[in-house]
Order: sequence, then C-alpha cells, then structure tokens
Amino acid sequence: MQQPQRVNSTVIDPKYQNRIMHEGTMVKIDACDIYYKDLNCLLRAVIQSNGIEKIELYNVCGQRYLGTDLGTDLGTNIQIDIHGTPGNDLAAFMSGPKVRVYGNAQDASGNTMNEGEIVIHGHAGDLTGHSMRGGKIFVRDYVGYRVGIHMKQYQRKVPTIVIGETAGDFLAEYMAGGIILILGLSLKECEKCRARFVGTGMHGGVIYERGEILEPVEGTKTLPVGKRDMRIIEGLVKEYCSHFGCDPEQILSGKFKKILPLSKRPYEKLYSH
Amino acid sequence: MDKYDRKIISPFGDDKDFSGCAIFGMMDTSGSRFGSKDPVRAITNMHDRGNGLGGGFAIYGIYPQFKDYYAFHVMYLSRDAKERTDRILASRFNIIYDEEMQTKPANVQDPPVVWRYFVEPKKRRPKEQTEEDYVIEAIMRINTETGKAFVFSSGKDMGVFKGVGFPEDVADFFCLEDYQGYLWSCHSRFPTNTPGWWGGAHPFNILDWTVVHNGELSSYGINRRYLEMHGYKCTMQTDTEVLAYAVDLLMRRQHLPMELVAQVFASPLWEEIDAMEPQKALLLRTLRQTYGSLLMNGPFSIVIAHHGEMIGLTDRIKLRPLVAGQCGDIVYLSSEESAMRLVSPNLDKFWCPRGGEPVVAKLKTPLKVEVQRL
Repeated sequence: MQQPQRVNSTVIDPKYQNRIMHEGTMVKIDACDIYYKDLNCLLRAVIQSNGIEKIELYNVCGQRYLGTDLGTDLGTNIQIDIHGTPGNDLAAFMSGPKVRVYGNAQDASGNTMNEGEIVIHGHAGDLTGHSMRGGKIFVRDYVGYRVGIHMKQYQRKVPTIVIGETAGDFLAEYMAGGIILILGLSLKECEKCRARFVGTGMHGGVIYERGEILEPVEGTKTLPVGKRDMRIIEGLVKEYCSHFGCDPEQILSGKFKKILPLSKRPYEKLYSH
Repeated sequence: MDKYDRKIISPFGDDKDFSGCAIFGMMDTSGSRFGSKDPVRAITNMHDRGNGLGGGFAIYGIYPQFKDYYAFHVMYLSRDAKERTDRILASRFNIIYDEEMQTKPANVQDPPVVWRYFVEPKKRRPKEQTEEDYVIEAIMRINTETGKAFVFSSGKDMGVFKGVGFPEDVADFFCLEDYQGYLWSCHSRFPTNTPGWWGGAHPFNILDWTVVHNGELSSYGINRRYLEMHGYKCTMQTDTEVLAYAVDLLMRRQHLPMELVAQVFASPLWEEIDAMEPQKALLLRTLRQTYGSLLMNGPFSIVIAHHGEMIGLTDRIKLRPLVAGQCGDIVYLSSEESAMRLVSPNLDKFWCPRGGEPVVAKLKTPLKVEVQRL
C-alpha cells in the first residue's frame, strides 16, 4: 500500500494568495469555498512563515479536520480563531494550538486530540472529545450524544471537557480517563439533564456534575466532592468564565457531585477472552 | 449473464467502502416553490460524505400542469424492457403524455435511458382495490417482470431524479435548474454493503412517498419478508427500499400517525417501556408486538417526505447525525449544520433532535392537490 505523504509545503498556493491578509503577527484568511485539504495546507504554509502568533479564519463552512496534526512539528503555540461553522473532526490529532470557534462545532471535535485547547462559543455536536488524550475543550452551550467517548489519561496528560449546559445520551461512554465537568447552566431548579445511559462502560476518569443532574447507569457511583476535587472544579469554572464572560462565584455556589466507575473492567464477565 | 447484469451486481468493482451518506431536506411550509440552487449547494457542501456512487433528489410540486396524473419516471437498462413496460402500462393506464426525459451530458456513470410518463389508471379495474394499490401493483409488475426496467418515481405532481454520480452531477444530468418545487429532499450516497447502481441511489419512492437514508438497516431481511406479505416486492438491492414501502404501508394504507410510525421504526427499549405509565406502556408494547417485523434495526437517520409533509427521524440511540433548522417559512433537515448555515446563515431556530424523536414539517395551508384517499 502506498504510504500517505505528509503535506509539508512552505509555499502558499498562488491561487489563494489574495485570500490572505497579514496584520503584524496576525494573519486573516477568507476560507469561503476553499476545500478542506487546501485549507489545511494553507494553514500549515502560513504557520511556517516566521513570527505568526494568530490566524483568523473567516467564512468557514463545513471544512473538516481544521487544525489537524498542528503542534506536533510546528505551530505549537499558535492561536486559531474560526468564524463560521467548522466541519467534523475539528482539531483532530492536534497537539498544542488554541482553537476558538465563534459559532457552533459539528461532530467529533477534538477527535484523539493530544494537547491544546478548543473553546466553542456555541454548541458542539455528537462525539465531542472522541478518544481525547490530552488538552481541554470548553463548550459554552450544550453538546450532543456520546461526548467524551473513550477518553483516556496517562500520567500528567489528563484530557478535560467542560460543558456549560447539558449533554446528550451516552455521555462518557467507555471513558477510561480524564475529566468531564457538566454545569447544567440552562436547567431550572430540580430539573435534570435528559441524558440516558451516562457512563455506560465507564472504567476510569471522573464526571463532575453541578447539582444532581445526571442519572448514571449501574456500574458507577455518585459521591460528594472532596477538597482536591473542588480545587480542580474551581480552576475549570474560572477558565470557563474567563472564556465566556460569566460569574464564577455564582456557578461555584452550586453543589457539585462526582461520578466514578465501580470497576476497571466492567465487562469482565461478558467478554472474558 | 449479460453486461447489464454484471453492472448491477458490481458496477465499479467497489467491494466495500466506509463513510456516511449525506441527507438534506428543505421545505417551504407556505407552499411557494423554489429552484434547485439552494438544495444543490447544500448537498454539495457535504461532498465528502458521499463517494460519487449515488446522488438523488425528490422534488414536490414540479408538475402543476399535470397534477392530476401519476408521473412515472422509468429507467430502462435495455430496449426490450421498454417494449414490455409500454405493454404493461398501456394495458392498465391511459397514457396522457410520455417523453424521453430531458438530460444533458454530465459527470455521471453509464446513464440508462430515462423516460417520463403521465398516466391515469383505467376506469375498468377491480372494485375492491383502491386506485393507489392498483398503481402499486402495476409498478411491482414492471419492476419484477420486465427485468431491466425500474419505475423510480410514481407520485402525482412530484418527481425523483437519481443516478450514479455525485449529487451535483446528477442535478446537472437531469437539468434540475429547470424545475421548481416547494419541498426538496436530497441525498449523497456512500454505499456500504450494496452495489452503487442507478436504481440503488436514493431517494426511494412509492406513489408520492420518498425516503432518503443515511445508515444501514441490519433488519432488512425481516422487514423485506414482512413487506412481501403485503404485496411490496424489493427489487432495488438496497436496504433503504424497505423504508419507503413500510412508510406507504403504515401511513397511507393503515393511516397511522407519524408519531406512532416513529415508535414502530425506532421503538423505545423494553426497559424504557417497562418504566412508563401503564397506558403508554400498553400502547408501545402493542405496537412492538404488532409491528415487530418493521422495527428498523441498525443505525439510521432519514428524511421521509410526501405531499405536504417532511419528516426527519434517527434511530433511538442516534448513531447517525441529523440536525434541524427553521428560517421564516422554510424548514431544513440536514446531516451537517454547515450545509444549512450555507444556504441560510441567519436561522431563526436551530435544534438537534433526540434519537427516535421525529421532526415534522407541515404545509401551513393544506395542498389543493391531495392524493386521493379511500
């Protein structure tokens, strides 16, 4: 089989030259109708030119894999602002950059992300944080089904997802590590999140909930939070508020709980070989 | 085995491919008709969800000048088939008008001959049979007896246009820029288990019901056997076909409301039914017992349409994407939000339907052309 070649062009395609505007250390790109492969090549090419700290993408509409693979060899500290609706698998395999989305994100944002940050000023679709291995995702509003599926952690790499409002079914399905914090800011008092099957197959990591809004499945336990948990939650809530401009005191006044898996091998008896 | 047989079985040597299809539905609930520009742009924006082995459109309200007649779109894979089809048609219908469909050269694979007929069922027909059942029987005869002819559109004042190619190319091929309708449902295909051939592209149609589908029905065998008992013969070699016939059976023939049809296709799990209040549990248990063979197992998101109504539905645990939006009178259903935002950047309302919960868009004022009911 032919090995796929890594696109590592430093040359900006001349047909897109007029889409790029330099402003000091910042670059603006009009992404209207640019095919996703070309747009990702363009991102890599722009980052390779010296001294760029921030890229703003305008008119993004459904281009997939934006920012994929950035940070592994270049652009670790870059910030990418996306205006519009980025396509599926936003920042997949990304390792370092900060991505801001001014709009909504589609499915599987942060797929197998290794490091960095995604901040979504809107909602995110299904599978957000799919198999995430590190870094942080902040979603201002709600998220879809199967968020945080198969997240995992290793030593100091702890992937984190913070959800402002609610989540769909199968939150933290097969979760193996990392942190999910769900704030339920859109819920009224005593109202619960409608998510079913929360924590199905979960065998590691932790879900923090603000109020008892989730109904996790059998095989998990809900406990009060301790001091160490509260320190983590406080830090994340403050970050959330700094991104989206709300009052951390008010959010932190809620009562937090944590959901943990009962077993590291929930299906031991089901799949024994 | 002649060359057409081989083409139907494995036309492009595509044994297996992996991805998802794209579906898009757009309906003006005020009933005003619009052109192909927005629907084609939207489905083209999801280009990478398909692989060029199928694209198609269903358009409602396109033949106002022939609105009282059934519009048959027929694809012929051989000349003989046309003769045989014409004989069946002439024996059962008065053919008001027929023509070769207007097409132009486009980037599509091996287009067949496509013919359009406007027909009226003969007055002399079995008394106990409704007009629609009479029409369906004729379609099933053409699809099974002629061998190489397939009726892929058979409603009144609506039409299906589909083929092997990307949807934008299929739109080009059929000159869709010349048509206007108040409801468009569009599909870009990525065949997984079944061949990519002209009859296997979506939408699937029977009378004025159409279905576009993203997913895979692992219950196809059981659904197909059940539908065969009710006179539907599956000839398109693709799982989605059963959905179109199941919708026709439940909604047109048995008059079930959409809410219940959704519960038949995407029934709640037994443990959820057990936890419901007794009356609701009884209803759902009865539905599952009666229509167990029409449970659609496996991942799916679909857009079902007929005159005056567009319905979006996903499987109960939402294994395929579907989002909905509304801007003024226009309601959108789409696999991806970006396609919707492309044609309507300032949506009044956007929502992600939950798994198994239908989204129903209806015309504000009922249509003047209503398909004749028993």
